[in-house]
Amino acid sequence: MDGMKNLISSNIRKFGMVIALVGIVILFQILTDGILLTPLNVTNIIMQNSYIIVLAIGMMLIIITGEIDLSVGSVAAFVGAVAGVLLVSWDLPVIVGILLCLLLGALIGAWQGFWVSYFNIPSFIVTLAGMLIFRGLTLVVLEGRTIAPFPDGFRSLSSSFLPDIFGGGELQLFTIVIGVLLSVIYILFEIRGRRSDIKYNFNTTTLPLFVAKLVLITLIINVFTFVLAQYEGIPYVLIILTLLVIGYTFLMGKTVVGRHIYALGGNINAAQLSGVKTKKMKFWVFVNMGVLAALSGLIFAGRLNAATPQAGNLFELDAIAAAVIGGASFTGGVGTVFGAVIGALVMGVLNNGMSLMGIGIDWQQAIKGLVLLGAVAFDVLNKNK
Amino acid sequence: MAETILEMKGISKTFPGVKALDNVNLKVEQGEIHALIGENGAGKSTLMKVLSGVHPFGTYEGDIIFEETECQFKDINESEKLGIVIIHQELALIPELSIAENIFLGNEQAKNGIINWKKTIIETRQLLEKVGLKLDPEEKIKNIGVGQQQLVEIAKALSKKVKLLILDEPTSALNEEDSENLLNLLLEFKKQGMTSILISHKLKELLKVSDSITVLRDGQTIETYSVKGDKLTEATIIKDMVGRELANLFPERNYNIQDRVVFEVKNWSVHHPLDTEKQILHDIQIHVKQGEIVGIAGLMGAGRTELAMSIFGKSYGKKITGQLFKDGEEVTFKNVNDAVKNGVAYVSENRKEYGLILIDSVKNNLTLANLQEVAKNNILDTSKEVVEAESLKTKINIKAPTIHQRTINLSGGNQQKVVLGKWMFTNPDVLILDEPTRGIDVGAKFEIYKLINELAEQGKSIIMISSELPELLGMCDRIYALSEGRITANLDKSEANQETLMTYMTQSWGS
Repeated sequence: MDGMKNLISSNIRKFGMVIALVGIVILFQILTDGILLTPLNVTNIIMQNSYIIVLAIGMMLIIITGEIDLSVGSVAAFVGAVAGVLLVSWDLPVIVGILLCLLLGALIGAWQGFWVSYFNIPSFIVTLAGMLIFRGLTLVVLEGRTIAPFPDGFRSLSSSFLPDIFGGGELQLFTIVIGVLLSVIYILFEIRGRRSDIKYNFNTTTLPLFVAKLVLITLIINVFTFVLAQYEGIPYVLIILTLLVIGYTFLMGKTVVGRHIYALGGNINAAQLSGVKTKKMKFWVFVNMGVLAALSGLIFAGRLNAATPQAGNLFELDAIAAAVIGGASFTGGVGTVFGAVIGALVMGVLNNGMSLMGIGIDWQQAIKGLVLLGAVAFDVLNKNK
Repeated sequence: MAETILEMKGISKTFPGVKALDNVNLKVEQGEIHALIGENGAGKSTLMKVLSGVHPFGTYEGDIIFEETECQFKDINESEKLGIVIIHQELALIPELSIAENIFLGNEQAKNGIINWKKTIIETRQLLEKVGLKLDPEEKIKNIGVGQQQLVEIAKALSKKVKLLILDEPTSALNEEDSENLLNLLLEFKKQGMTSILISHKLKELLKVSDSITVLRDGQTIETYSVKGDKLTEATIIKDMVGRELANLFPERNYNIQDRVVFEVKNWSVHHPLDTEKQILHDIQIHVKQGEIVGIAGLMGAGRTELAMSIFGKSYGKKITGQLFKDGEEVTFKNVNDAVKNGVAYVSENRKEYGLILIDSVKNNLTLANLQEVAKNNILDTSKEVVEAESLKTKINIKAPTIHQRTINLSGGNQQKVVLGKWMFTNPDVLILDEPTRGIDVGAKFEIYKLINELAEQGKSIIMISSELPELLGMCDRIYALSEGRITANLDKSEANQETLMTYMTQSWGS
């Protein structure tokens, strides 16, 4: 009985924000008379928030190391602008343009990482400067104008869908097949993990609970793909997001690098004396953020089908909010990539739901602010218990 | 004379899951120095928190009677108003403010919110005089030493018209000289009629200064002794503290010292990292043989930690010159990894700041310095990691519910075991231990000593830095004395004693 209680209470902590997300979804589903979860709108939510999720993943790593990056919105805008020049004005091949832009993001990250890691300037200052520098450079590159339209190949990055290789119909069969495939892979992974746990004599959850978990996750995956299948299927950007989430979750949870990043954020002195190359690690986390900011800028430009001087405005705040709602702590050392995604989705669903209800941008801002504060207060309360 | 100033009767305090205090009684006479002693987690600090109102009335059971009135403190301000002042183990001074500002912080000499600086400075001067500090009241706290900071804390207590002064481990961060000063000061105050409660692990100093000693164990009062009347000895107290007889403070060891020199430092000179003109270490020569435990004795500021850290991958200092030899071959450690790869480990002095990732689990801390051992191509084998961590936990007897427990929740002794375990996991040949038993209780100390002995028996070479001379004398085969950045002696166990060591440790070099 105590075991059950422990299980519930520890999981409420772990999945607090997931539960909150589910609550918010249900709330808006009711308030919008069911519009929120229509196939069209679900697809919209994903596409509207994709660039914030990309930023939130990078921001999570930055905050785990105990730093902050205020420049990501400006960097995204700057990279978008450069993409406009490369692809529209100079007519470079799309793939070359994209690679150059990601490289540019890496260089920008290296520039900021250099000042933070090797010059010991607080990241707040370095990236505040970066926010101004790259916003300014965006205007320089665009000469104050908007560059449009982008070539089709580029736009598909953020606005196209996987084609249905089984031939069209009301329902995208291919999407459903992918859902089933994913479920099978997932179940196989879980069973393998459980076998190894049993082999090493670790504590495992009871069999019924294990099966219940498998059924639940499988259900979620398939309902989700089924909903998407009723519209246009799986957007390319969802594939990018999925790969990023899986990749970064693996990096942070299962690799030496990930463990070093957590250690560095938890106690930089102890980490250094344990052989973690703290400066180098911090530097690379900033490089990583630069690349993800560039990717975010590209997705946004593609979605807008234009490079504009105002792009990426306040993105940094959305990304930081997402990371914090998702469980990051400004003292460093805590947070998960999955949490950042949930945090971004909480903000995204709030935005979308309130827009559907016709609530003005003024009230939306205020409510989002309150939710951010409330989420952190809830977390603090929970930890003090 | 023997008038009771404070009586705590039947105090019980329960935290979720733990009974921290169980019917504790404490009686303190007017004008005495009363020592409170017990292992970490015995309930000393909790008891003092109940007394000072940190744990407010209603959250505990029992009565507090101070100067014949029953007290029900709701917070620390109420107890301070009656003259009960507590000085915590971690100093609560603000480094960027001046001595005067710190002393009157929260108690500003002000009228209508406007501070009277002249009055503040004059009163600070008087207070500093009382504690024997010759410092400018406007000096910033960050510019004075730890010993002086401790005295400023006491001056601050005096400014509050203190009747009962409580000191929680006041000498744990001080060297012998500063400790001596502080204890003398307490005796001086006693003459003036002040009562103090002293919490400490250092039995010698307690026996020297205190009039009565109360021993706590597992949240219960074991005994209250009068020091003179009961002819108290360390052995009696230790027996009460741990609840068992410790035949010897230091465990048995099977000597396994080989003639082979495993690690040697030659002509090692180091300069201050910021002020590169200032030389911290001068031509240090030390060596350690296989299976040998070598001590380094030095006062605070002698350069002990600086020596260890500069060797360990140049983690301290600038303009480092000299040579390192491992197994007879010259090696250079550009960074910590080089040192670890060459089989050198450094267990740092301050486990909370330099040893542990406190918010991380026992497991993650244990494996951090040698993740490659549980990884393949930089990808962690988490199952193997758990197995390794479990086996270490059992081997060195870390008392934690599971290896997933955060290290912040462990007691000092168990935290220290985790740090030691972390370095044992790198399988080093040479372990540099910097104050391995600071701030941990007698029982845990014994276990750490046992571990160190076992490591030596296995043929590891140990360099042990400590400010507790009895510890060095009890554990080491050979002891170097370090004074003002120079090695002043290399004494065999047979020729070393506290007096000779102290003489070499205080040897001065003029410039």
